[in-house]
Amino acid sequence: MTLVDHAAEHRTGRGGVAALYAGNARAVMYRGWRATRSTNWLVMMSGLFEPIFYLLSLGVGLGALVGTVTVDGREVEYAAYIAPALLAVAAMNGAIYDSTWNVFFKIRFAKLYEGMLATSLGPLDVALGEISLALLRGGLYAAGFMVVMQALGLALSWWALLAIPAVLLIAFGFASFGMAVTSYMKSFQQMDWINFVLLPMFLFSATFYPLSVYPEWLQVVIQALPLWHGVELVRGLTTGAVDPGMLWHVLYYAVMIAVGLVFTTKRLRALFLD
Amino acid sequence: MIVAQGLVKRYGAFAAVDGISFEVAPGESFGLLGPNGAGKSTTMRMVGAVSSRSGGELKILGLDPDRHGPDIRSQLGVVPQADNLDTELRVRENLLVYGRYFGLPRRVVAERADELLSFAQLEDRAAAKVDALSGGMKRRLTIARALINDPRILLLDEPTTGLDPQARHILWDRLFRLKEQGKTLVLTTHYMDEAEQLCDRIVVVDKGSIMAEGTPAELIRRYSSREVLELRFGSDRNHEVAQALQGRGDRIEVLPDRILVYTADGEQELERVSEAGLHPITSLVRRSSLEDVFLRLTGRSLIE
Ligand SMILES: Nc1ncnc2c1ncn2[C@@H]1O[C@H](COP(=O)(O)OP(=O)(O)OP(=O)(O)O)[C@@H](O)[C@H]1O
Ligand SMILES: [Mg+2]
Repeated sequence: MTLVDHAAEHRTGRGGVAALYAGNARAVMYRGWRATRSTNWLVMMSGLFEPIFYLLSLGVGLGALVGTVTVDGREVEYAAYIAPALLAVAAMNGAIYDSTWNVFFKIRFAKLYEGMLATSLGPLDVALGEISLALLRGGLYAAGFMVVMQALGLALSWWALLAIPAVLLIAFGFASFGMAVTSYMKSFQQMDWINFVLLPMFLFSATFYPLSVYPEWLQVVIQALPLWHGVELVRGLTTGAVDPGMLWHVLYYAVMIAVGLVFTTKRLRALFLD
Repeated sequence: MIVAQGLVKRYGAFAAVDGISFEVAPGESFGLLGPNGAGKSTTMRMVGAVSSRSGGELKILGLDPDRHGPDIRSQLGVVPQADNLDTELRVRENLLVYGRYFGLPRRVVAERADELLSFAQLEDRAAAKVDALSGGMKRRLTIARALINDPRILLLDEPTTGLDPQARHILWDRLFRLKEQGKTLVLTTHYMDEAEQLCDRIVVVDKGSIMAEGTPAELIRRYSSREVLELRFGSDRNHEVAQALQGRGDRIEVLPDRILVYTADGEQELERVSEAGLHPITSLVRRSSLEDVFLRLTGRSLIE
């Protein structure tokens, strides 16, 4: 008994899990929902238009020149090739929008979390609540994008239905990891580094052409980055090129979510419960 | 309600709070009084279970904040030194949402929010944006918010700093009502008059340590005289005249802009000063206050 107590104490520092989590992340989401009602929906949805514009310009425009691409031994139209990648990007954009700049502002300027953590909420409640909100926005973007895909006839397989939980997973991963990274950021300059990483990741993660065009070493780098896993996962589902190896992508995101949650919680505690 | 023994908070090698001890009884209104950087806010944050202590013992409602932070916080109302209202929400929403943070049911929160809006005299501002409120209104809203969970202890860190006199009096009146209702109040302040108005008992803190403790009246009796004669001779003559005044009253204190003579009878002392051929530009006889106590204890004025 004493031994167990001791172990728990050691793992979470003082106070055990009860000091970190009150099981009330939903109050944090409720706050987010009320705050969102007063924001501009058009601005909020702008992150959805970006992948749609890419799909229309590159998929339709460039697609006329490119013709078809081979996925897993099958020929698919170029637009159908990039659409799933852009779907993953839509989920990422939504999740990042909320979990980086918005969170940065709340930590550094609005003192929102300071207020929250003076109540019975714990840092894990705050982390989970905020990340869930970001996840929802990612899910919303992705749903919007899927409607466009469907309308253009770019979802080629029944597996595409599974793309819905897949994009939620992707959004969850980016939201969790994004908030963790943001919580360590101190200045606007550091925040700009996030964009600096996101743009090349967006362009190079087998989004617009297969990974095989790169030299070996670059392939390895890209395969270590999260977006590539998301792109591969969603592309497999929407084109019907499904194989068990895709579970690795799922595992990648599970780890990303867990790491993000742990570091966000730690960091919130260090910042506001010092 | 609160027991602190040898409480210490260190930031690196620097001790912001350096071994302070005090107790607060149920229904009591307790004040921490001290200048900038005394360690008041740091103490309040430890009592509020949002900052861990570096040493000493601390029990709040019988619980150790290191192990029972959320339990303790659920029974506290906190008014931080700097307002941290949610500016993305409207006035009433601030109360609703804050109540939800404590896991209270929606209906209970809605009921209390309306009561508290009227307590804070903000009913007609319920739908206003927070940024549109005046400083005094924001402060009242912050106090209302701190009461949403019906706390057993209310922690107020400089509740009226930066407010104009009228806004301060409105706020004092609200806090006095809470005191009458039997809430335990812990407050910090720079202002002696505030401590005299609101506190049953105070500790004077300076550089992380307690300099004195007692009721406002006790402290004045112990560390000051009944009356104070304030004399202004103009800053250049102050020092020179101070020599001539040496030995008058119980004690004199020379400040850059005036000289204070501590005495039981200020009028009589003033007469004697004029008889001695010293004619101040202005003079004032007033009752001794906690400000004088602080000056006596630390040799410094409270507000620098
Ligand atoms: N997070 C921190 N890191 C380092 N030093 C700190 C920190 N917080 C407070 N201090 C220092 O501790 C001392 C006490 O600060 P505190 O805020 O408790 O004073 P205070 O009595 O509330 O003053 P004020 O009247 O200005 O609010 C100050 O010297 C301050 O610089
Ligand atoms: Mg302070």
